[in-house]
Amino acid sequence: MMPNRLIVDRLVKHFHRKQPYPQNIQLTSLQKIRHRLRRKKEVIKAVDNVSFQVAMGEIYGILGANGSGKSTLIRLISTLLLPDSGQISFFGYDVVNDSFKFRQMINRVSVEASFFKRLSSEENLIHSARLYGLSARDAREKAEKILVRLGFDSTRMDEMMEDLSRGMQQKIAIARALLTSPILLLLDEPTTGLDPKSKRDVQRFISEIREDHDVVVLLTTHDMVEAETLCDHISIIDNGKFIATGTPKELIAQISTQGDKVTLEDVFIELTGKDLTEDVE
Amino acid sequence: MFDIRREAEVSYAFIERNFNLLKRYLNWEILFFTYSIVNALTIGLIMVGRGSAQDVLYLVIGALIWGFLSIMMREVSDAITWERWEGTIEYTFMAPIYRITHLVGSCFFAILYGLLRTGIVLAVMPLFFREHIDLSQANWLTMAVTVLVASLSFIGIGLMAAIFPLLSPEKGQAANGILESVILLISGVYYEIEVLPEWLQLFSRISPATYTLRSIRAAMLENSSIADQAHNLILLLIIGIITIPLGFWIFHLGEQYAKRAGRLKRSG
Repeated sequence: MMPNRLIVDRLVKHFHRKQPYPQNIQLTSLQKIRHRLRRKKEVIKAVDNVSFQVAMGEIYGILGANGSGKSTLIRLISTLLLPDSGQISFFGYDVVNDSFKFRQMINRVSVEASFFKRLSSEENLIHSARLYGLSARDAREKAEKILVRLGFDSTRMDEMMEDLSRGMQQKIAIARALLTSPILLLLDEPTTGLDPKSKRDVQRFISEIREDHDVVVLLTTHDMVEAETLCDHISIIDNGKFIATGTPKELIAQISTQGDKVTLEDVFIELTGKDLTEDVE
Repeated sequence: MFDIRREAEVSYAFIERNFNLLKRYLNWEILFFTYSIVNALTIGLIMVGRGSAQDVLYLVIGALIWGFLSIMMREVSDAITWERWEGTIEYTFMAPIYRITHLVGSCFFAILYGLLRTGIVLAVMPLFFREHIDLSQANWLTMAVTVLVASLSFIGIGLMAAIFPLLSPEKGQAANGILESVILLISGVYYEIEVLPEWLQLFSRISPATYTLRSIRAAMLENSSIADQAHNLILLLIIGIITIPLGFWIFHLGEQYAKRAGRLKRSG
């Protein structure tokens, strides 16, 4: 029987970047040219031997600072990056070898809404839905239902994306992902930069998705309260490595001593030495 | 399983989206149309009073056909550039669609858009060149067949050119500009290729624009039939048969590289 879970096994993704100019030394134009010609490539370990599994109906959170490897991990699962080594499989389908089948099961919401800004939200949604085999009529009906649940005024669906607020755009992005009924939903910082009301609407909706649908949700976030409230399991990622994994309670218990009131943020700071509040984009 | 109806609907999604974008950027389209009309006019007017009606038509054909072919080449790669700028490329590449379906949709849009734009420019031409152009010898059927066959090879070139913006939108546009200008130089758009240095004429012989222009000029100036132009049409067909699969293969390699190096992110 096929395992009905997302399995990420010893996943590795490195990038090669040319060394930047030294920050602390003022270089002349000639020196810059010389440096440009001679500079070597450095290896960035974006995802470094990461393994985890997520069962159906579970929300799995990944906490990390900017540049820790969260988005690279999501892109690898989204088939947008090829892993250097390791495996990702879902329902027995491999992300590289069965990428077409894999893509039929997933969708994603990223931190940037990413739409054609001069097209209306309706036009953007219908275009996306058509790529997944939905008709324009079905897409419109389904989108309206999702958007109403997200607290979006569906009469504004004919307005251009650039005229909508960031919160509204993000709700459209969530509708785009859910229109296609994914069973693996990748949420890459879906609430970053949203106003409190939109943030609450989105978080409530994520909880409802889990209750209403048989779905695996992978959520990356900066928001500790969001992670604690929504996620069944959490991994903390730092420099591409998972440095801690467990339920929110288990993570808190790792550093809690008797009588102390410890938060998930304390756990994060303790384990990574970084403060996420300085890091929010 | 490959479901042809579903794939046709997905291809249509790209055509529909591009026409929607065209409507939303109408001011830019008006600018492009104006430029195309003025460009064809100014090139044709060079010969008015200096040469025969045939000479004027020779230049006007060059301007119109080059306008059409360059649109075809550019639109396929512009579709990728646009998606890189808007950040939607990740969503398109994440969708369960075959790349061939995606690119066929972009190619069909390029053909329709190229025909629309060139058709409008063509309709305006008689207003300015009524007495200076002689279309009595025109064989419209040969011209239409040539345009159709030539579209294949230019789609192939467009597919190859589309990898440049896939890897880098800004540098990609510059690279495509260079490619386009080289084809303009070597293909005898406004002159016979024999005036070029001999070493450059070698490249003219592999450019599909060379045979397209030869065939269309013969059709419009000398009433040449399809049978008369069979040689040029077969060469165009062969170039198309080679460049289209080659274009898809090169695009596939570019996509694999972009996925290895992490180049599909939003840019701009």
